[in-house]
Amino acid sequence: MTAIASPPASTASRPRGAIRDFAAQQPLGALSFVIILLMTVAGIFSEWVSPHDPLRIDFAAILQPPSWEHWAGTDAYGRDIFSRIIHGARTALVISLTSSFFGATLGAILGIASAYFGGRIDDWIQRFMDILLAFPIIVLALVVVAALKTAVIFGIDINLIVAIAIPIVPRVCRVVRAAALSIRVMPYIDAARAAGYSDSRIIFRHMAPNVAAPYLIMFTAFMAQAILLEASLSFLGLGVTEPTPAWGLMLSGNAADFYREAPWLILFPGLAISLAVFAFNLFGDSLRDYLDPRFKV
Amino acid sequence: MGGGAPLLAVEDLHVQFDTSRGVVHAVDGISYTVNRGETVAIVGESGCGKSVSSLAIMGLLAKPAGRVTRGRVLFEGRDLLTLSAEEMRAIRGRDIAMIFQEPMTSLNPVLSIGEQIMEPLFIHLKMTKDAAQARALELLQLVGITDGARRLQQYPHQLSGGMRQRVMIAIGLACNPKLIIADEPTTALDVTIQAQILELMKDLSRRLNIAMIIITHNLGVVARYADRVNVMYAAHIIERGTADDVFLRPLHPYTIGLMRSVPRLDLPRDVKLETIEGLPPDLRAPPPGCRFAPRCPFRRDACVATEMTLRDLAPNHATACIRADEIVAGTLVPASLPAKSAATASTTETAEPILKVDALRKYFLVPLSGSGMLSSKMATVKAVDNVSFTIAPGETLGLVGESGCGKTTVGRTVLKLEEATGGTISFSGVDITHRSPREMRETRRGIQVIFQDPYSSLNPRMTVGQIIAEPLHVYQLAKTKKEQEERVAELLRQVGLFDYMAERYPHQLSGGQRQRVGIARALALEPRFIVCDEPVSALDVSIQGQIINLLEDLQSRLNLSYLFIAHDLAVVRHISDRVAVMYLGRIVEVADRDELYANPKHPYTQALLDAAPIPDPRVERARAPRTLKGEIPSPLNPPSGCVFHTRCPLADDACRREIPQTRQIGPRHIVACHKA
Repeated sequence: MTAIASPPASTASRPRGAIRDFAAQQPLGALSFVIILLMTVAGIFSEWVSPHDPLRIDFAAILQPPSWEHWAGTDAYGRDIFSRIIHGARTALVISLTSSFFGATLGAILGIASAYFGGRIDDWIQRFMDILLAFPIIVLALVVVAALKTAVIFGIDINLIVAIAIPIVPRVCRVVRAAALSIRVMPYIDAARAAGYSDSRIIFRHMAPNVAAPYLIMFTAFMAQAILLEASLSFLGLGVTEPTPAWGLMLSGNAADFYREAPWLILFPGLAISLAVFAFNLFGDSLRDYLDPRFKV
Repeated sequence: MGGGAPLLAVEDLHVQFDTSRGVVHAVDGISYTVNRGETVAIVGESGCGKSVSSLAIMGLLAKPAGRVTRGRVLFEGRDLLTLSAEEMRAIRGRDIAMIFQEPMTSLNPVLSIGEQIMEPLFIHLKMTKDAAQARALELLQLVGITDGARRLQQYPHQLSGGMRQRVMIAIGLACNPKLIIADEPTTALDVTIQAQILELMKDLSRRLNIAMIIITHNLGVVARYADRVNVMYAAHIIERGTADDVFLRPLHPYTIGLMRSVPRLDLPRDVKLETIEGLPPDLRAPPPGCRFAPRCPFRRDACVATEMTLRDLAPNHATACIRADEIVAGTLVPASLPAKSAATASTTETAEPILKVDALRKYFLVPLSGSGMLSSKMATVKAVDNVSFTIAPGETLGLVGESGCGKTTVGRTVLKLEEATGGTISFSGVDITHRSPREMRETRRGIQVIFQDPYSSLNPRMTVGQIIAEPLHVYQLAKTKKEQEERVAELLRQVGLFDYMAERYPHQLSGGQRQRVGIARALALEPRFIVCDEPVSALDVSIQGQIINLLEDLQSRLNLSYLFIAHDLAVVRHISDRVAVMYLGRIVEVADRDELYANPKHPYTQALLDAAPIPDPRVERARAPRTLKGEIPSPLNPPSGCVFHTRCPLADDACRREIPQTRQIGPRHIVACHKA
């Protein structure tokens, strides 16, 4: 009988070092992570961090330029824009996080199943995804919003989330299927089949963790898309409704009438949208570079 | 050997790699020389620095991570390491050519063969188009490719692996180099093709007086083709000498161990393989003194205390072992090998076979190239055609053949990973050919599998413990959490690993350890039959021996039966009771192991045995040059009649017309040949 001598030490596990590693390798990614973190804090603790009540109308102070009192000025109803942006972060995050999560997860499951079963099932799933992909994102979301009635829970329209999630599904499905196809032919999947494990076990236990990297990347990238989509739909009047503070909504309505005299009406919400989209996109990219071993020395 | 100064002299070469986990001293002070027209081999296991040292000579180290920190590389008196990038480019491809391991990826797929052969001619020799064309044709002829004019127009994917390697050699030869560095030139090739390529390289080097450095882990290749041998271990050269000296009178315990851990065709097989215990050292922090000391059976305190240097013990024969004098004197002899545990094979004749495969066929439909998206013309590949065999309890059937012969498909079909096109598979007397996955579930427990590649056969996201515990969990073989942990620990110990390794992830283990985990996973279901699909071919020689011994041990303890699929005839001979030889989807010969190796009847079996290199220079030189010509035909368009007739030296009209039926020619010897 042979035995292998090997030191029992050096089982260095990852968690703590991983964040430091990521920051060192991807400084821009770390920056975007900080922005996302600030946004999250603003979203969660809006009541505490915002200087004013975002809903309080003050006709004595309408269309005030930025000042110490109102950092980003006030709108046509005298509401504090900075506070509305902070509260808007909550709306943006909740909607984009949930819709991106549901869209990406459903897409990932369909993608893995498609790759794992192959043949007829693969064909059907993929052709259906092709149909969804044929519509531009915004058009598809518009159709879904228009077709569904509003169902508001906690001030947020569930159907808005569904509408944003659906266009995400086929896009994630495609990418995850491609990754899963390469996992499908790995001997450890054959080993699992040879041991007689059930299909669902193989899909969730053996394949899903191995496509986690592309899934996470798509998930963060579509967070940005979802924020943009939510803002667009709100701007078009199909998303969040007044008086709930939402970035897209802040750009529409009477902001369109007054922006020449009061540019801060659209400047700051626009900046918030750009910054959030930029941060999520950048974070997704850095995450991809970090998780892909081919980019490592 | 040319007099005067050597063509190439490597002096005290040091190479370092900066990695995120520390500085790796990949080559640590090696020196060797190559004379004109001479073939020098550098032998060693993976990670010993043999490839890195040759890349350093060529100035091709991966920048900026790798760099030469000390040493000189004198080529015709000029130090290559001090040359500018411009000067180095003029030498590369012109005076020194390099041939890589993987002929599939080292040719550019979008350039024709002609363009790739002519490229160095244009660049280095400033030839005109016509002159280059003529030279390219001449080169193809030189490397034994017929029909050159047509071949020059073709692209790499239209050629077979052997052909591509010939093209690589032609490119290397294009500018009449003085030195060719061949990095594992035949490792990716089949054994009959490997023999052709090596024969060609040796012949060319002799005729054109080209010096060669062959980098390889295959001792058989070295024995036949090298004049001198350098053995590397953990970034050092630990022994150097002529091929005869190193093979017949090895002076370093590592070399001795290496020689004895390879299964050999020319030696009796009734003893266990010697193994070198342990693993090579970590080159970020190599052990002090002799680097082999931690694994050496002759270790002494002095080995760790003193730095080792190569010293001559005989003319042209140097070693870095301080106890080499005792080895020369014969006072230091490795412990004799234990005999194999009791033979199980002979008792199997009457027993009910555990696996019976009858007239098994597996056809694949592949889209025919050139057919459009709408017209789906399909061609049939007969991957397995009419294959029958039985395996008795406790028996090992070796299944040998070259790549693409269908041996792996046989294994996959038996495992029901592929659905059989025809024929029957019975497991312990029950027909399982058309069982649904649900009906298979219980049978699955009895049939398990061990895969070739220990890197991809374990799920990287699961710990070793989870991997081994999963089958226990799914089949509810362990009642409690504690029972499960105990069973995992027991399985780990059974395959020679330690309990604490259950916490680790596969990437934290070495290749041999991973393969052991794969074996433990297979054993978890307490199978009676295991399909071993090339279980040792991805492992280093010294590790290979450990795994083979482990498989044999487990077989005798647990009364397992194996279907052992492999391309290495020596390994198959070592472990099998009976051997089946496959060629292009058919079994051409089946016999008891000793009978088959002593008395092969089918010309293909004879050719395979003839082509397999043996790590003994005397045996190798005495053998006739290999005779099997040609390439393996495409399975899309197999030859009529006997599939082997295109390469068979005995073939006649009958062979071209009729498919030979299997015939019983001995008590347990079956062959499918008209001429046998």
